[in-house]
Amino acid sequence: MNYLRHVGKYFIMLRQVFRKPQKWSVFREMLFREIEDLGLKSLGIIAFISFFVGGVIAIQTALNVDNPFIPKYLIGFATKQSMILEFAPTFMSVILAGKVGSYISSSIGTMRVTEQIDALEVMGINSLNYLVLPKIIATIFFYPLLISLAMFLGIYGGYVAGTLTDLFYSEDYLYGIRLDFDPYYIQYALIKTVVFAFVIATIPAYHGYYVKGGSLEVGRASTQAVVWTSVVIILLNYFLTQMLLG
Amino acid sequence: MIEVTDLYKEFKGVPVLKGVSTTFEKGVTSMIIGQSGSGKTVFLKCLVGLHVPDRGIISFDGRKHTELDIKEHRLLRQEIGMVFQGGALYDSLTVEENIMFPLKMFADQPFSEMLDRVNFVLKRVNLENANKKFPAELSGGMQKRVSIARAIVMNPKYLFCDEPNSGLDPNTATVIDNLIKEITEEYQIITVINSHDMNSVMEIGEKIIFLKDGVKEWEGSNKEIFITENEAVVNFVYSSNLFRKVREAYLKETK
Ligand SMILES: Nc1ncnc2c1ncn2[C@@H]1O[C@H](COP(=O)(O)OP(=O)(O)O)[C@@H](O)[C@H]1O
Ligand SMILES: [Mg+2]
Repeated sequence: MNYLRHVGKYFIMLRQVFRKPQKWSVFREMLFREIEDLGLKSLGIIAFISFFVGGVIAIQTALNVDNPFIPKYLIGFATKQSMILEFAPTFMSVILAGKVGSYISSSIGTMRVTEQIDALEVMGINSLNYLVLPKIIATIFFYPLLISLAMFLGIYGGYVAGTLTDLFYSEDYLYGIRLDFDPYYIQYALIKTVVFAFVIATIPAYHGYYVKGGSLEVGRASTQAVVWTSVVIILLNYFLTQMLLG
Repeated sequence: MIEVTDLYKEFKGVPVLKGVSTTFEKGVTSMIIGQSGSGKTVFLKCLVGLHVPDRGIISFDGRKHTELDIKEHRLLRQEIGMVFQGGALYDSLTVEENIMFPLKMFADQPFSEMLDRVNFVLKRVNLENANKKFPAELSGGMQKRVSIARAIVMNPKYLFCDEPNSGLDPNTATVIDNLIKEITEEYQIITVINSHDMNSVMEIGEKIIFLKDGVKEWEGSNKEIFITENEAVVNFVYSSNLFRKVREAYLKETK
């Protein structure tokens, strides 16, 4: 029952968020700030994780296909498929849910408990529109780039793993990643990314915006935000996969 | 003039304001006093529209919250300045950006004009050379000054201050009090201040409203509060021994 109330309140919040910005110049300024805070600042961690995950997938696949009848190019193929279909869009989004989600909910939550949101409202500013809309736009436009980079680096990580070990040949790997290439898979992954980006921007914003109390509650809200964002991403991943690939 | 009639507000069935009526005049610093938890903040937030009262009428020079549409509401809010208890400065913005924020949002001026106005109000609150600092780098008193500067940058007709000198040392508190009073007279603003600090009340309380358990228990000036017989007020005001002695001496003298 309580869950339903939250869901309802979340959608009512979104109605306030999706209004025309009161001043475009201020909106633009906020947007650039958010692209930096929510996007550029996550570049390093996403690059690092995807590169090594790609390497590990390649190595593990190689170790598992020691049957001479299974062609070695499958290693490249498997690395590519898992990076593009799941590891980049879903796994990286869950990581972003942790990193960016906690940042969003604690920064908005702090603004709430220190009356900064009241200060915005008193000035006649739609605080939800002002605070949340730039975050949504920043994430849904920037995360597809970030996730594409993750796909690329993951596949490249697999290649590097091959050259550093003698588990498989680079030529086989390169052949494998070009095998059966279907652009629809990329499209599918990017559609998922955009949906997850929206979730990463809005669910933590909801938890932060409606926090009551002090810093302890802000911390709690932030934990809740990360948990729920991850849960919703995983559930949506299931439904989107069934819808788009099933 | 702000007219408040029979203001009633409850949270989840617990009444916090139980029918408060009063008026606030131009150029006068009015004060709401009362113990912690007596409903001062809730009262102020009802006035500015952050809380929606369950009953009662609030009229800003004839404009009532309940009768305004969204656009008229926004316009009214641009005439309101508010100083929050903790300052409520935007901590990701510098002092200059904080004060310029309302201008950027609502005034169509070139940057240089906005900057002039920011420097003017900063000077008015005696805070110069702090433009590029962030709120976290300022002392409590400086934060309050920035907060006041931000509240007056749009030339408000109405100024609300929630415990503007809580957490400040007595000297700084007096400076802030006097600053608010000066600004009120200079620009003929309707000013309402929440306080539980008797020093401020004596210093600048031209009109005082004493709230107790959500009811207006007493109303008068800082001259009258000295000699009132109202028991609740006497208990609140003279909670310190020093003040009680001063009162006795004062009453003896005037007899
Ligand atoms: N948003 C709220 N929800 C529920 N209760 C509240 C809320 N705001 C204030 N109260 C309650 O109203 C009473 C008066 O609070 P307040 O106006 O902050 O007192 P003060 O006079 O110290 O400013 C307190 O008992 C407080 O718990
Ligand atoms: Mg208070």
